[in-house]
Amino acid sequence: MAADLPADLKRTPLTDWHVAHGGKLVPFAGYAMPVQYEGVLAEHAAVRERVGLFDITHMGEIHVAGPGAEAWLDGLVTNRVAGIPVGKVVYNAMCREDGGVLDDMLIYRLAPERWLVVCNASNHDKIAAWLAARARGVAGVKLDDASDRTALIAVQGPVAWDLTARVTALLPHRAVVEALEFYTAVELKLGGSTWVVSRTGYTGERGYEIYVPNGDALALWEELLHLGRDLGVAPIGLAARDTLRFEPAYCLYGHELAEDVSPLEAGIGWAVKLNKPAFVGRDALIRQRDAGVPRRLIGVSIAGRAIARQGATVLSGGRPVGAVTSGTFSPTLQRALALALVETAAAGGPLEVDVRGKLFPLTPTPYPFLAARVKGDPRAARS
Amino acid sequence: MVADDRKYTKSHEWVMVEGDVATVGVTEYAASELGDVVFLDLPEPGSEINLGEPVGTIETVKAVEDLYSPVSGEVLEVNQAVIDSPEIVNNDPLEAGWLMKVRLAGRSELDDLLSAAEYETLLGG
Repeated sequence: MAADLPADLKRTPLTDWHVAHGGKLVPFAGYAMPVQYEGVLAEHAAVRERVGLFDITHMGEIHVAGPGAEAWLDGLVTNRVAGIPVGKVVYNAMCREDGGVLDDMLIYRLAPERWLVVCNASNHDKIAAWLAARARGVAGVKLDDASDRTALIAVQGPVAWDLTARVTALLPHRAVVEALEFYTAVELKLGGSTWVVSRTGYTGERGYEIYVPNGDALALWEELLHLGRDLGVAPIGLAARDTLRFEPAYCLYGHELAEDVSPLEAGIGWAVKLNKPAFVGRDALIRQRDAGVPRRLIGVSIAGRAIARQGATVLSGGRPVGAVTSGTFSPTLQRALALALVETAAAGGPLEVDVRGKLFPLTPTPYPFLAARVKGDPRAARS
Repeated sequence: MVADDRKYTKSHEWVMVEGDVATVGVTEYAASELGDVVFLDLPEPGSEINLGEPVGTIETVKAVEDLYSPVSGEVLEVNQAVIDSPEIVNNDPLEAGWLMKVRLAGRSELDDLLSAAEYETLLGG
């Protein structure tokens, strides 16, 4: 399979391992990434029931340092990052002036004047350029794009802590890592390397994301697989990564989020603090809120097992009112489900979806379809 | 080593003929390339199908693939077991994973199907 791929695709320190262990590589955001190993359903179940490992080295990591960084970053994103404590991680949208989403991202405060922006692989070049342009001439802000030298391994599942706790390099720091609360992180100096361990993830399960220099990635990956044998650890590909994020209805840029979609439309208004003094897009979003948000992201299920996929037209009374942003057969819930962006006025009424020329009725199904496990996650069950 | 009790198509279906009834399924290669099957849309029993036409779909989590008919004739039966449990197609595509039985409209089309050896060559084996 590797022979069919364009030769200029980027590789991670784990690419050879993926190929050697049955990983089916596909092009993704300029990288050759494993879409599956054993199979999407087995991998999905592994994360829901035990623990899975993800090579997500393709994500972008841009360090921002200096006394001006806090205010500067706060002015570029929708959520509040000014004033957060060291170690806090915040989910954000970064918007255009018109409120359209450029990317969704995590921002870490690693030290009082050091921040880490983690953006989608597909938007890395765009965000790096956007930040560089916006930093020009700003005092006290220094950017360092570390994406090409940073590997990222996610450990996700009910026993993710049990596995992460066994990692040799982390043993001297076990107490600190164990104490990490949801959406917090710690920067660890280990010999000559600096690692960042965060309690974050994209699956709805408990888990960790571990940022390491490229040179440390393979040893960590192999150690996790070895230590986790009795826990049933498995490598997880991008196909299962998508079904896993879909069930708790986490947004995927290019589906629920795009430059012509506002964070208010996409259901991430909880990450938009309109009462912040200023941020790019704030005025447009306030106007949108005041006028009534024109579209809404809704969750729906489809009768039978017909799968409505991205782009499928959603109709109300025969009139197109929107489209599916993501849809699949949910492996854990065993039903065909979809997220769709539709006219707000039509969202409450009867809807149908066009699947390859046939119309299927849609049943409104509130998301998250599967509640995230960790308390504090906006997609967790409301108690 | 491809089963030689049946014939094959370039689009990775197999055809096993007994009398004037052809049983149709997808090959192990197809099942492996598709990945986990989650849904099948198969033609109605009683409907007429024609060689080369898309007559149904096989859906995986990621994508939809058309099922092309390797023969012409009347659909007699579709496999309810795979409709209820699509994973059978992945686990046993050559036996329990059969998809449909078709009463052949004629036999001449069968000559254009690939033999086991020819299909094996197609696979690069």
